[in-house]
Amino acid sequence: MISSLSGIWVFLAKSPLLWLTLTLLVYLAAVWLYRRSGASPFLIPVLTAVSSLIGILMLSGTPYPTYFEGAKFIHFLIGPATVALAIPLYGQLERLKQIWLPVGVALLAGSVAAILSATLIAWALGGSLETLMSLAPKSATMPIAMAVAERLGGLPSLAAAAVAVTGITGTIMARPLLNALRIDDPAVRGFAVGITAHAIGTARALQVHETAGAFAALAMGLNGIATALLMPLVVGLLKMMGVVP
Amino acid sequence: MIYAIATLFVFQLIGEVAVQALGLPLPGPLVGMLLLFVALLLYGRVPDALSRTTGTLLQHMMLLFIPAVTGVMMHFGRVASEWQPFLAACVGGAAVTLVVTAFTLRWMLRLQKKQTP
Repeated sequence: MISSLSGIWVFLAKSPLLWLTLTLLVYLAAVWLYRRSGASPFLIPVLTAVSSLIGILMLSGTPYPTYFEGAKFIHFLIGPATVALAIPLYGQLERLKQIWLPVGVALLAGSVAAILSATLIAWALGGSLETLMSLAPKSATMPIAMAVAERLGGLPSLAAAAVAVTGITGTIMARPLLNALRIDDPAVRGFAVGITAHAIGTARALQVHETAGAFAALAMGLNGIATALLMPLVVGLLKMMGVVP
Repeated sequence: MIYAIATLFVFQLIGEVAVQALGLPLPGPLVGMLLLFVALLLYGRVPDALSRTTGTLLQHMMLLFIPAVTGVMMHFGRVASEWQPFLAACVGGAAVTLVVTAFTLRWMLRLQKKQTP
């Protein structure tokens, strides 16, 4: 009995179906918990689901690459979902036509602030050069941040970790911080969240408010482009300041 | 649904091909998004089928990041040895970015309002 159970486990643990199904079930449980809590930002589904999955993988002794063999089918959908962001964006077209200049200036300020603040804080606390360069693009979406970090001498996978931590903490702090600053306009709130916390912030903004979601999607898309283009300039500036060799 | 999924995949594919062919420093899906946006501008409205399927997909966008974010477990070592600069940069950087972006956009919107009464 025991040996046949472990035989089933050996089979399942290797099959993509187990980890694919488990990711979906853990996500559904995380969403249920999130709704039960009245949409508490501390229980955003990505945070609870990832913590649970890491726990499950560690307890079962499953290496991450084995897990990813199954979960990659979900991961693949990030591409089409990114393309789909054009639709909420199009919904804000009329408003965008009126405010393209404020949006452009805020994008520039936010993008530079994201890169500079991350590198300067890590530098002041003695982070290594590899860590600095992995942290610099942390407010961009994951595929962009990984590519940019690698080009500048960072580690792509560490950049992915920085993107994840930034996305989660940025999403958690957005509501209390923006409330404290008395920023009420959903467009401004969404835009700031999208620049700061990329797709994770956008996913939450889309759940909370339609306009906020559309502006978060807009901000995230634009910040991805801006980060890729601005990074070499900002790193040049950091070299002049003596922060990076 | 199939129509919508096919549309998204086609635009992603065009985006990836454009990035490879032109050597753009951007990810393919982002270029695909910009191209779909332009296509919607030309078409003049969002087809119903597209709007329904993408609505569901975007509602559950967080699900799609779970596999990648779980990869954080591969970096426990590095994060453990440099956790202070790492965490401070992520959390502090996020706070600075939120404040700078929100204030700049609000300030610029007010400035624009004053100029066009």
